[in-house]
Amino acid sequence: MSGYLIEHPILEFKRGRKVTFFFEEQKLEGFEGQPIAAALHAAGIRVLRYSDKYNRPRGFFCAVGKCSSCLMEVDGKPNVMVCMEPLQAGMKVRRQKGKEDHNDRCSMSNTK
Amino acid sequence: MTDAQCQIPNNIDICVIGGGPAGLEAAIAARQLGASVVIVDDNPRLGGQLIKQTHKFFGSKAHYCGVRGFNIAEILTAAVDKLNIHALTSATVVGYYDNDDLGILTEDRLFSLKAKRYIFATGASEHMLAFENADLPGVYGAGAVQTIMNEYGVVPGKKALVIGSGNIGLIVPYQLLQAGVEVAAIVEILDKVGGYYVHSAKIKRAGVPLFLKHTIIEAKGSDCVEAAVITKVGENFECLLGTEQTIECDMILIAIGLSPLGELLYQTGCRIDYIPELGGHVPYHDDNMLTSKFHIFVCGDLACIEEASTAMLEGKIAGAKAYESLYGENKKSKEIVAQAKEELNIIRSSPFEERILFGRTKLKTSTTK
Repeated sequence: MSGYLIEHPILEFKRGRKVTFFFEEQKLEGFEGQPIAAALHAAGIRVLRYSDKYNRPRGFFCAVGKCSSCLMEVDGKPNVMVCMEPLQAGMKVRRQKGKEDHNDRCSMSNTK
Repeated sequence: MTDAQCQIPNNIDICVIGGGPAGLEAAIAARQLGASVVIVDDNPRLGGQLIKQTHKFFGSKAHYCGVRGFNIAEILTAAVDKLNIHALTSATVVGYYDNDDLGILTEDRLFSLKAKRYIFATGASEHMLAFENADLPGVYGAGAVQTIMNEYGVVPGKKALVIGSGNIGLIVPYQLLQAGVEVAAIVEILDKVGGYYVHSAKIKRAGVPLFLKHTIIEAKGSDCVEAAVITKVGENFECLLGTEQTIECDMILIAIGLSPLGELLYQTGCRIDYIPELGGHVPYHDDNMLTSKFHIFVCGDLACIEEASTAMLEGKIAGAKAYESLYGENKKSKEIVAQAKEELNIIRSSPFEERILFGRTKLKTSTTK
């Protein structure tokens, strides 16, 4: 896990337990609870999706859940903002193309 | 969201939207005076952008002089806990409705919340810059790099080029160096550095090249950034042909400014004015941080793009004034407001704040269009 800062003059990093997850067909390691985008970046994966019209590679931009540049498919659910979504063991993360139809594949449960 | 968090009390006096420096100070002030307060924030932790600030703040002792940003976040979060302020984290306010309810979305629930007063402290988002291949992975907001590096301890890349030399454009490269990441250069379109001298001096000492009167015109790379092309600019900021140079880097950090995050506030029907000096479209507000609506207050970057220290002071004023609008003035509330206003005046008397003062005067004298 070379993509992580080990020593830092000021900061100490509190990380969750080490877990494995999947990116496309690849098995990767990350820390539970960190944003999926952080785990992918540390594993050297910068292309998170492809744009709708011109199929251009896109990575994260704001990393604080505002810009929607990092939408990916997580456990079959499209359009997940991976800069905010916490990593959990066994998650299956895929690059997505364009917007993908959200209504098809997931519904909000417990809505009031 | 835990079950405990779902137990939101009825008859809330004040709901604070945004748990950054401004929102936390607002919540703390209002709660200290006796109001019931709920904070809603979409991040898993409170503290907003303070969490990723490793530099020490300066100014007076009252503004946490000498304390690092992430430590200020810890101090404020501890105060929120101690005062039993109800904090909803990982909860996004998705709408403001005609009946003055907020719609709040958590991982598995969508519910409404009503308060007697609202304090909007939604902060700001980073500007993007248009240039060829600006959408390549590796072109990041400077704040985004701060987040993955300082909050999550991820090595952001090998070599960074920073566009913009305001405070963020000066602090982030310094933080990159601290984390062992190389900084290729800082590029600034104006003829002088935009940020504080304290920060630019650190960068100069570290030997980071600074290209004044330059801008970026292209990112190179197939799947990710591999290099950037910069050029000199002329008197009217036009790119000067023949001055192009290619700089190798795997990250391009955009630090050219922030815009207030006003999307949610717009839904309330508050009057919005366009004041470039304050950051663009900002809510009209008076010195008590009250908007054009009697029950809505604002503070922090949403009200005016400034510094965390001023955001905290505005938060105190908004919190105390929201309390007063419900329960009337008292000695303590008047004290909080007077002290915060005095400290704001001291900060804003610096030459760096001339633009802000000019913008605030425009805001006060502007009329509804």
